[in-house]
Amino acid sequence: MQVLLFGRLSDIAGWREKRFDPAPPRLSALKALIASEDRTLGEALDGAGVRAAVDKALVRGDVALLAGCEVAFLPPMSGG
Amino acid sequence: MIALTDQAFDPGAELNRFCAQLAGSGAETGAVASFVGIARGEAGAATALELQAYPGFTEAEIGTIAQAAMSRFGLRGFAILHRVGKIAPGEVIVFVATASAHRRAAFEACDHLMDYLKSRAPFWKKEHGPGGERWVEPTARDLADAARWD
Repeated sequence: MQVLLFGRLSDIAGWREKRFDPAPPRLSALKALIASEDRTLGEALDGAGVRAAVDKALVRGDVALLAGCEVAFLPPMSGG
Repeated sequence: MIALTDQAFDPGAELNRFCAQLAGSGAETGAVASFVGIARGEAGAATALELQAYPGFTEAEIGTIAQAAMSRFGLRGFAILHRVGKIAPGEVIVFVATASAHRRAAFEACDHLMDYLKSRAPFWKKEHGPGGERWVEPTARDLADAARWD
């Protein structure tokens, strides 16, 4: 699976895009795996206003993940 | 029309194009409102803005809100053009235009779409300056502005 980070999350991690294979079965498992590699990033993913999208659709709660999916972590947004 | 671009653009040309398309669309339009957002230099504190989007997702999310605005305000059409990448002070960041039968709906829809773009659309904005760089998050005012339409 491909994991994408946006905004300040990619600065904290030092990467914007990374493969995780085999894919963890659930979003919570993916976050736990990321936190085990990088505790600061793990805490940031649980920070206020950070949302997740799977295959370019926002998700709520702990969803199941399929092999080959794209997971994006989205910190608070600001445009214009 | 919803588009992201990493190139500087001329908002006047975009407005002309939008009006020309409406003229050819058949539905009678009595009002077009537009908004142009420009990167501020903040008296030297900001030397550049960097706008990040999530290609595909960002356009789709804006599309959902814009389509809802079409029916909510009875729009005849809309155009949203948003910069991504590095933007220098004085350059246009965003262009929004809305068309309706009468002026109030066009003004309100334009205001609504800009409030949405400021704090809810999937963009991430970094300000570069002599003192370093920082991610800009929506202000309490931005959030309150967007909540006016809920």
